[in-house]
Amino acid sequence: MMLTSATRSINWPDKGDPAPDGTLISNKCPAYAAICSAPGQSRRAILASTDLREMAASMINARWSTAYSRFGLGSRASQPPPTGDPREAIRAELDRPGAGQISVGLPSSEQALTTFYAYSAEQGQARARADALRGASEAMPSPTAAALMIPVAEAKPSAPMKAVNPIADAFNAESLARLEAAVAAPVGYVERLVAFWSNHFCVSAAKGQNLRILAGPFEREAIRPFVLGKFADMLDAVERHPAMLHFLDNAQSVGPDSAAGRASHRGLNENLAREILELHTLGVDGGYSQADVTEFARALTGWTVVGAEGHLGPPGAFVFNANAHEGGTRSLLGRSYDDDGFAQARAILTDLARSPATGRHIATKFARAFVADKPPAALVDRLTEVFVKTDGDLGALSRALVDDEAAWSEPATKLRDPWEMLVAAIRALGVDARQSQRGLHFLSLLGMPLWTPAGPNGFPVTADAWASPEGMKARLQIATALGRLAKDAPPPPDLIARALPDASEETREAVLHAESRPQAYALLLMSPEFQRR
Amino acid sequence: MLGAPSRRGLLKSGGAVFASAALPKWASAAGARDPRLVVIILRGALDGLSAVGPLGDPSYADLHRELALTAAGPHAALPLDGFFGLNPAMKNFARLYAQKQALIVHAAATNYRERSHFDGQDVLESGMPGPGHTESGWLNRALAELPARDRARGEALAVGYTPPLVLRGPAPVLGWAPADLPAPDDDLIARLEKLYDRRDAELAAALRAGIEAERMVSLDGKSPMKPGGDATEQMRKAAAGAARLMAADDGPRIAALAFDGWDTHVAEGGATGRLASLLGGLDEALATFETGLGAVWSETVVVAVTEFGRTARVNGDSGCDHGTGAAAFLAGGAVAGGRVVADWPGLRPEDLYENRDLRPTTDLRAVLKGVLADHVGLSSARLAQAVFPDTQAVQPIKGLVVG
Repeated sequence: MMLTSATRSINWPDKGDPAPDGTLISNKCPAYAAICSAPGQSRRAILASTDLREMAASMINARWSTAYSRFGLGSRASQPPPTGDPREAIRAELDRPGAGQISVGLPSSEQALTTFYAYSAEQGQARARADALRGASEAMPSPTAAALMIPVAEAKPSAPMKAVNPIADAFNAESLARLEAAVAAPVGYVERLVAFWSNHFCVSAAKGQNLRILAGPFEREAIRPFVLGKFADMLDAVERHPAMLHFLDNAQSVGPDSAAGRASHRGLNENLAREILELHTLGVDGGYSQADVTEFARALTGWTVVGAEGHLGPPGAFVFNANAHEGGTRSLLGRSYDDDGFAQARAILTDLARSPATGRHIATKFARAFVADKPPAALVDRLTEVFVKTDGDLGALSRALVDDEAAWSEPATKLRDPWEMLVAAIRALGVDARQSQRGLHFLSLLGMPLWTPAGPNGFPVTADAWASPEGMKARLQIATALGRLAKDAPPPPDLIARALPDASEETREAVLHAESRPQAYALLLMSPEFQRR
Repeated sequence: MLGAPSRRGLLKSGGAVFASAALPKWASAAGARDPRLVVIILRGALDGLSAVGPLGDPSYADLHRELALTAAGPHAALPLDGFFGLNPAMKNFARLYAQKQALIVHAAATNYRERSHFDGQDVLESGMPGPGHTESGWLNRALAELPARDRARGEALAVGYTPPLVLRGPAPVLGWAPADLPAPDDDLIARLEKLYDRRDAELAAALRAGIEAERMVSLDGKSPMKPGGDATEQMRKAAAGAARLMAADDGPRIAALAFDGWDTHVAEGGATGRLASLLGGLDEALATFETGLGAVWSETVVVAVTEFGRTARVNGDSGCDHGTGAAAFLAGGAVAGGRVVADWPGLRPEDLYENRDLRPTTDLRAVLKGVLADHVGLSSARLAQAVFPDTQAVQPIKGLVVG
């Protein structure tokens, strides 16, 4: 089963110019042209000699490794070994109808919030009952306490006293759906895009029970439908989503001079406006001022969520509450926006989505997340141009990254983040993805609890943040656990050929000489080739 | 302290829960006895020559050098039968041996003659004639031969995150693992550090710093990364949990465990050091079974086996490489103990297998078949057909169990 080791730097004899060290492949390579049938490339090369064929095989391996690590989520144990051009496989994934969507019957955010309202009311009543009882028992300690014990003791032991927590159940179901989508993806690029955008526009389930039940619906409703669509549409869906309005406090922001503001003495909350400018669109150096933040916050007043009583619409739905909206013309970033209610902030969002500063901010972060902590400037320039020219077409941006040779040739200096590591490990070892509780636990131990970043800037996208001593220690711990869970994984020699076809001799040796299968799997998961991307 | 195996930690594994209904009802050949059988797989290839030293063999000391046990000195081997001596880390086993409740089979191996851990473990655990069969293990197939009984907690117990191959298969099996996440052992850490040193300086530095910090806060052997303690503590914990379940009237009668870490290529140590510490863990686990099983220890056989042995000569790193013949341990009140079962092949160069390994003279499968025949009551015919297929020629060894 031993494969010849891939040569990482190759001299092309017919051209006479050596490929730069660390470059896996070059457009100039004749074998590459024949393998990939890239339009416009020389097709004169015929894979005649054994050398060339071996070279071609190792290049295909390297190419697929890059596809699976840089763009995707790792190869799957259940999949036949890949053939053909990996770039085409990624494009095919992007072309699939409904790419990025999850088509399982999970509740909408309105339904989720309705569940939350009902559960909160129930909890409130239970607390009130408990308080009343405590008051009574304090008044008459022993007899009442004894009386209270009787029904508990007489409760049928056969009826399990399982505490029903619909919020935890919903969160688990959403987590499992996300994990299953990632594990089932052919290459995984689209799911990587989902994770990128979900992290860019993050909310945190730690903010409250309402956020916990909304985190999953948020991603399915505001992120997934737009990962290959228009940035402006995603921005619009995100900023009016109940999850974001609660997470960044806009749901309770009230125009001081609005009817509601005058009546309640409540006021402006700038949180959402600031983070839209700083994190979601222009970027911290995007040229906005505090005055712009405040003006934007005024425009956003009235963007809120219908409460349990349903005064303004269906409970749990987004609503523009004109009663809380600060009237007046707004002036922002040198432009003036008319006093036309809901349309005012939407017009601002539309302009922000189109701003070249937004294009550069997004393109830089995109290249940093996928290619390198310090991505090549030329690549960022090209991506920025695509974003601006296509009016923020995220499908075009995603394709441009795959089409760009620089995105393939940059050495693998990044580290898979914990989510990517977990998904890639499950895919490689064929571990049952349905053990979602365990998966969620692993993600927390690795420092990346699902949908629960520490702040609105999301989880880090740079390698240095993840390659920390405690991070590596946690990775080893999780790799050890996963290695033991992998009872249906292929034998290590087959697995390394499948999962890491261009593994170094050192990694191959470490895996093949392991003392047991669990140890071999742990070493494979921890190998630089598996960890780096 | 150790808690009782929680109900949450118990899970049924294996699909065909009612498969046993279709099996022939054997009149229990074990008669009125209610035997318990525990199989411990020592993964990584145990060095039998440093676990049980042939002190009386004239070639031993020179061949096994610093790893050889000695009859005298500060870390003298524990006396067995005058020819063999036991690693001093195995005090409990020596006591059981003296009480005739423990025996050793030496120079034993399965029929596997290559030196791959994965394949060697597959052959040992599957009981099939060669590698490549990982659907079921011999202990599970033996279980399927037993009469169906009404056991609330199942007939067999697999300890660990996933059942060891030896107990995987069609017969339903109960799974239990200590609640802690399995922790990376020192051997795995050393291998990974070596790999990172060769391939990725940044990851090497980060991992080393993380492990170092861990060691500083875990001088008591307990830490967030190793919640189950060191290797010895983990072996003891697994044994304690298994014993507690097996001691119950309605508990499982058969169990399988796997202990890792025996692949001692580097700095193996002999009477002291890495191997001795692992043997100490195994010894603790055996003692824990003895205590935990209480009254039913008298009806118990614990078998500890490894996939193959290690080279008779010491390598350049004061360890040994993959070999062939090894030692196996049997302990329990039902063991006809107090002896070393061996057809000793000798250690002169011409005695060694391929001039490097202890030559196997006893088929390990004959040992296992002997235990299954005499202790559990399976017939030779079924053993040669269903449990260890194609082993008609490998006769069960008689008399390992008290008759």
